[in-house]
Amino acid sequence: MANLVEIRDLKVEATSDAGRVIEIIHGVSLDVAEGEIVALIGESGSGKTTIALSLMGYARTGCRISGGRVMFAGRDMTQLSEREKAAIRGTDVSYVPQSAAAAFNPAQTIMDQVIEITRIHDLMPRPEAERRALELFRALNLPNPGTIGRRYPHQVSGGQLQRLSAAMALIADPKLVIFDEPTTALDVTTQIEVLRAFKSVMKKGGMAGIYVSHDLAVVAQIADRIVVLKGGEILEVGTTQQVLDAPRHPYTRELLSAFEPKHYASPARPEMTARKPPLLDVLGITAGYGPVQADGLPLMRALKSVSFRLEEGRNLGVIGESGCGKSTLARVIAGILPQAKGDIIFDGRQMARSAAGRQKEELRKLQMVFQFADTALNPAKSIEDILARPLAFYHGMNRRQREARVCDLLDMVRLPRTVRHRRAAELSGGQKQRVNLARALAAEPRLILCDEITSALDTVVAAAILDLLKELQRELGLSYMFISHDLSTVQAICDEVIVMYNGEKVEEMATGLRQAPTHPYSRLLFSSVPKLDPRWLDSLELDPELVSAFARR
Amino acid sequence: MTRSATHIHAAGYSLNLVGLLGFLIVVVWAMVAITAPWITPYPIGEIVDFDYFGPISDKFWLGTDYLGRDILSRILMGARYTVGISLVAVTLSCSLGVTLGMTAAVVGGWLDTILSRLLDALNSIPSKLFGLVVVAGVGSSIPVLILTLGVIYTPGAFRFARALAVNINTMDFVTVARARGEGTFFLIRSEVLPNIIGPVLADLGLRFVFTVLLLSGLSFLGLGVQPPDADWGALVRENIGGLPFGAPAVIFPSVAIASLTIGVNLLIDNLPQKIRDRSN
Repeated sequence: MANLVEIRDLKVEATSDAGRVIEIIHGVSLDVAEGEIVALIGESGSGKTTIALSLMGYARTGCRISGGRVMFAGRDMTQLSEREKAAIRGTDVSYVPQSAAAAFNPAQTIMDQVIEITRIHDLMPRPEAERRALELFRALNLPNPGTIGRRYPHQVSGGQLQRLSAAMALIADPKLVIFDEPTTALDVTTQIEVLRAFKSVMKKGGMAGIYVSHDLAVVAQIADRIVVLKGGEILEVGTTQQVLDAPRHPYTRELLSAFEPKHYASPARPEMTARKPPLLDVLGITAGYGPVQADGLPLMRALKSVSFRLEEGRNLGVIGESGCGKSTLARVIAGILPQAKGDIIFDGRQMARSAAGRQKEELRKLQMVFQFADTALNPAKSIEDILARPLAFYHGMNRRQREARVCDLLDMVRLPRTVRHRRAAELSGGQKQRVNLARALAAEPRLILCDEITSALDTVVAAAILDLLKELQRELGLSYMFISHDLSTVQAICDEVIVMYNGEKVEEMATGLRQAPTHPYSRLLFSSVPKLDPRWLDSLELDPELVSAFARR
Repeated sequence: MTRSATHIHAAGYSLNLVGLLGFLIVVVWAMVAITAPWITPYPIGEIVDFDYFGPISDKFWLGTDYLGRDILSRILMGARYTVGISLVAVTLSCSLGVTLGMTAAVVGGWLDTILSRLLDALNSIPSKLFGLVVVAGVGSSIPVLILTLGVIYTPGAFRFARALAVNINTMDFVTVARARGEGTFFLIRSEVLPNIIGPVLADLGLRFVFTVLLLSGLSFLGLGVQPPDADWGALVRENIGGLPFGAPAVIFPSVAIASLTIGVNLLIDNLPQKIRDRSN
């Protein structure tokens, strides 16, 4: 039997702004059988989305399919006219985008958009389409399937919207569904629901799927086969079990080992007798946004009376879902957002509420590194200027001292010295994050606040950054406060973890002690992190009460 | 490089041909403004021709005006007033407007509110009317003209710079500098300004053109540069009677205004790019 999809020697070219033509896909061949789910996995820029889009005969602006064949159900998508391709899109092949929030039109009801495909292609009368949509809402386990269609996209949560975009893709009963990182933007507790819904609908309908992702653990739950991509080439193809258990290509092995980062944490507390006063002591912080109310607190409280302490030379992890207040906590400590109540005692001194009121020396000892490396570096300045400023500001170095020190700092973060003449836009994501780290190190701090610094990076790059952090800690005796939604990252580097939920600290525990979390929310959060085992999702049983109480579906 | 055919490289900068053309026009007019007293063929106030609205001839390259004065000499001298007054006025309005705009965006809070409302109020007065009232009230002199033009175009520059700076202000690198303890002056000069300088310069060019046109307009109404001196706008007004005869005396001052404004626009839209060496 012929395969549903047969890609042979696919080549895609892109034209850069300077008019240079670059080949971004170098002759890729792959098959998808009827009813099979194939995962495309690789780092950003590996061409996984480009290949997936070529199945619809589509190339993004500036790109062009320059060679090879994309056979779908016996027709070559590269040879069809635009009109013929439009007839296939939505009905035979459909697409679930990464950001459902951006894919829905805020001005139309959900039902109108879900059944839009049947209207465009004139497939069935409206009542029948709505009936089908209802079935899909039930199959995708959406709450209130009968009425959800009447709502507008902003009235449902992110996880629901992602499932609704799947309903949109499935309404015309396509032969192939392309999932483009559909759960990457979701919290782990929400991700489980969405993955389960996808899996059951796909199995029931016997549809084939292409699942694009960078997360091996997520892919392991849903895919039959895995295709590992790098730099527009296929490195390895195999069944899920085979790729996970016996990877053949070194890059696949690297991906797998990066998934389980080396554990550096030393959870055992230092001897109680030898304890010095803590480096950072946070006492009952309440902070938030919006107008100040009669009780002196802001309207929207992002942090509610959070306290913790951090000993010198140790690392603290802060985890929780988006919106739990973990980034706000870092901003309060750094003095970017003044707290409404509570005190911050750092290195034995009480800190002023805002950075403007703190002394230079206090500011120097506490540095912060941000999540998005690109926006944290001034695009108009060279790396040398960026790194030299804290040297002049905090240490008053002259030009020659600064030049030497900038080179030292670049060595420290393992970047070649030549990058100092470049600008941020000319560096890769991992390099930018290293420059951010170097800028924080330039101040010679005691504590660095790391706000999701590895979240925007590929697994392998993130693992290298973690290695670097730990190495720097050994050499310079730093402490880190490490904020993340990714449990494995936090476990790799932190000695202690606090779990936050809805602006409150719900649990404080040492990592690596194999000690089970006690608070129900932490249990839910910890058990929701996908594992590399393909049977994990099916065997996972979450307490439904716990889920309904805490997961924001 | 593939695009070097249309680019000129000099002193570490790359400039394309259109930009070069604009640059040359601006430089020529600037040179004329500086050297005018030495290159005018006739004294500007002297009646040298018995005919009025004389045609182009060997003696008078651009003809003569309604009193029989040499138009070439008057345009060359007029460049001094038009280019000089406009340049000083636009520098004044842009530096004031951009500085205030960035400060308002970076500091925020009540300072932003007060500055914005104050300059909005100023903006609500029509520019020509404002110029007319001030010049008619105080009397016309070059410092008064410069200050009036400068004040008229400050709110626009403020609004423009503030809108750009508000976007930059929310970026993480500004937050980083704030958390480092940097002052407002460093924030606006080093973090915000370099990221908005391109649009701000383009705006400066546009505003220069507006200033030239408003100055010419005021002079045309008789409130600008006073006789016997004349800027280009005043030259058009003086000789407007020659329009039915197609006299060069009214055409050429208009051409001068047009060439300067177009030249500035071409230059601003194609500013030289600094070539950065990334090899070492």
